[in-house]
Amino acid sequence: MVQTDLIKDPHVLTGKLHWGVIPFHDPVVAPVMFAAIFGGLLLVAFITYKKLWGYLWDEWFTSVDHKKIGIMYCIVALVMLVRGFSDAIMMRTHQALSTSDTFGEGFLPPEHYDQIFTAHGVIMIFFVATPLMIGIMNVIMPLQIGARDVAFPFLNSLSFYLFLVGALLINISLFVGEFAAVGWLAYTPLSGIEYSPGVGVDYWIWALQISGIGTTLTAVNFVATILKMRAPGMSMMKMPVFTWTTFCANIIALVIFPILTVAIAQLTLDRYLDFNFFTNDDGGNQMMWVNLIWAWGHPEVYFLVLPAFGMISEVTATFSRKRLFGYVSLIWATIAITILSFLVWLHHFFTMGSGASVNAFFGIMTMIIGIPTGVKLYNWIFTMYKGRVELTASMWWVIAMLITFTVGGMTGVMLSIPANDFMLHNSMFVPAHFHNVIIGGAVYGYFAGFTYWFPKATGVKLNETLGKWSVALWFFGYFFAWVPLYITGFDGMTRRLQYIDNPEWQAYMYIALIGVALIAAGIGTQVFNIAWSLYNRNKPEYKDETGDPWDAHTLEWYTSSPPQFYNFGDVPYITDRDQLLVMKQQGTAYKRPEKYDRIHMPKNTWAGPVLGLLTLPMGFGFVWHIWWMVIASVAAIFACWVKLNFERDKDYYVEVPEVEAIEGGFLKSNEGRSYYFEKNAKYYKKWKPSDQNDSTVVAK
Amino acid sequence: MTALTNDHDLHDHDDHHHHEAEAADRYMFGFWLYIISDCLLFSTLFATYAVMGQSVANGITPHELFDLNFVAVETALLLLSSFTFGMAMLGANVENMAKTKFWLIITALLGLSFLGMEIYEFIHFSHEGATPQTSGYWTSFYSLVATHGLHVTAGLIWMFFLFIHFNRDGFSHENKIRLACLSLFWHFLDIIWICVFSFVYLRGAM
Repeated sequence: MVQTDLIKDPHVLTGKLHWGVIPFHDPVVAPVMFAAIFGGLLLVAFITYKKLWGYLWDEWFTSVDHKKIGIMYCIVALVMLVRGFSDAIMMRTHQALSTSDTFGEGFLPPEHYDQIFTAHGVIMIFFVATPLMIGIMNVIMPLQIGARDVAFPFLNSLSFYLFLVGALLINISLFVGEFAAVGWLAYTPLSGIEYSPGVGVDYWIWALQISGIGTTLTAVNFVATILKMRAPGMSMMKMPVFTWTTFCANIIALVIFPILTVAIAQLTLDRYLDFNFFTNDDGGNQMMWVNLIWAWGHPEVYFLVLPAFGMISEVTATFSRKRLFGYVSLIWATIAITILSFLVWLHHFFTMGSGASVNAFFGIMTMIIGIPTGVKLYNWIFTMYKGRVELTASMWWVIAMLITFTVGGMTGVMLSIPANDFMLHNSMFVPAHFHNVIIGGAVYGYFAGFTYWFPKATGVKLNETLGKWSVALWFFGYFFAWVPLYITGFDGMTRRLQYIDNPEWQAYMYIALIGVALIAAGIGTQVFNIAWSLYNRNKPEYKDETGDPWDAHTLEWYTSSPPQFYNFGDVPYITDRDQLLVMKQQGTAYKRPEKYDRIHMPKNTWAGPVLGLLTLPMGFGFVWHIWWMVIASVAAIFACWVKLNFERDKDYYVEVPEVEAIEGGFLKSNEGRSYYFEKNAKYYKKWKPSDQNDSTVVAK
Repeated sequence: MTALTNDHDLHDHDDHHHHEAEAADRYMFGFWLYIISDCLLFSTLFATYAVMGQSVANGITPHELFDLNFVAVETALLLLSSFTFGMAMLGANVENMAKTKFWLIITALLGLSFLGMEIYEFIHFSHEGATPQTSGYWTSFYSLVATHGLHVTAGLIWMFFLFIHFNRDGFSHENKIRLACLSLFWHFLDIIWICVFSFVYLRGAM
């Protein structure tokens, strides 16, 4: 009874909070909570014991260095991957145990199961895929274009902390209160105050609102960086493909995230102030929510997948020892996808009943967007054709991606036909399809890029054998987990079932459970691989001394691994798409320039972590209706903003002697080394500059 | 090929002015990108308004409440404030602080009057029985118009702090960028208001 009273009439000091919201009694959550608290305390104790707080604050938390911010993004993303994947394991286990009455009714009550599938979707998209991608972009993109940092280094730091607050809020919801039980896109009117009176949807709202604003700032930052900070000579058509896809992805983000901001703000007003955007009565319109959320949501998946395409392109070209086949066609395909991505959102709800013409239009647009995507697949295949393909772990990810993503793309075309979609809408076929493209396209691409660029970010190469094992486990795990669900989806099994009453589907659920176990082993191998490789970082087979461990083509490999804080001692004049390779051919790579200049750099700032983390009590106060906390945090944010605004002295110069000392050390480690690896020399020597000959030169 | 002999005139030059010009260019461009995202924010609100344009749920309609003469004055105030901001920019171009501040104060007063009229209108509508809770139509009306109003408020707060910056550093390099960005923001709000006037008030009053 206390609880209902508090919902109607929150306490002045504690809002809707009371002891009952902490799940001490829950057999699943309580042990996790104690383990998390214990582990957190242990970590804090360890850092205090080692006296690392000062180091972490000075070198990491307040850093505006794009490489360090990128690494922090990746770390949080991998932690959240474990959280999101535990949700997946629970769902698969539960469904395997709740098929007909053979094994009773599983182990999760409906309200808990609903929270789990909601949290799984939100975490995997917003707090795993997005940050992993933004992390890799952060580390690599400025290096690829020869920039010292991003255009607005402080904003970059702020974006990271806003994202972190979103991730923290969603984790707090596990232990204080509840999370939304409405599906990852919180369809109205279910997510309205009438049907979801608890705090779950409010956690959803504030986690996404705060981290979404961070993503908008990232988009502004990266677009400005790419358009304004390229090395001299680097025209748009000389940009590396990964930079191109990063550019297009951030154009998409810049345009769609405001839609998400507005849609969530409208839902907030509905829930907090009884507005009538999406209500059942008083002129509300629920389908407007579905339209708005997918007008953001569909371009969002292209925002996720385009950079993965860029990563695949870089890896394929490097390990085929060829230029990328059809650079220009690949760029235009990327631009075409960018534009078309805004014209397909309605295929998520053909069953809304917009009429045949509208559905036909969106169905055809959806099929058309498959064409530029297909162009890209052929680009990669023809890059490998007659190349000297080296099957490294990152190349294994590429091949896993080509196969899995093609299957996913074809099931997508099946769904794009409205008549088919009417049969398959809301069935297990749909999750099977989008996992097929998101895992097969985006995630495998990220892992290819992650493996490829890990030495650049850390100076340590990952173990190749372990890397290949994780590809194999993921690859087979994926098909084991989802092919059975494609089949049950065809058979009419709907999504998000807490209890399955058809005994014929039991076997499929078991097979899917085996799949999820294989993927779990794949993730375990990856985590172990990172730990093992870092542990062995000083052994010659792991250490990257040269800055160019793969004999690669583009500018990010022209500096040490990890790069100096100012990235490049001297930025070359760009004459070619594969600048580094041309410099290796001409013998100008890794040479001391005539003179160094002093380098202009931004200073670290307290403002990113302080301003960003102050949004945590703000969001928490909003969720629990603790208004003094909201007012106090907003006032503190404003005060910090003003203080920051009146600060001077935000940058400094790195003087020439320091640059000379650092660069001298790096060049020394590269002394006496042949420009390219011996085995590649005969292929690379045949290359012509990209302006004279397009990318179709075949290595023979 | 001269890969390592840089074109030093283009890049990485020690000259302080070069960094200033480069920073001004970068900040202005970044602010344009922000304006793009803000455009999308308002587009979404306009789209919502278009969808809910008839959803009065048998309640009070805009036709009964809108007073075009009142809105005409409101609009005139805001448009005039764009003109006066332009005058302030002319002052800044010749680094005339007195002129810049004078026109900025006029701009701020016009902005405040606009905001006062908007708040008065909201209170008046509420008394007549049209609150955001009344119907889908009024929900979308208030959220669109108030979002514009909040932007104007933010512009006024910005102007206040810019004054303090001017008193401290005069026409410093950074202050000039700040003024140029604020100018862009202010004119942008004007354009949004023209759309609000045309699509919300003119259509609603017809």
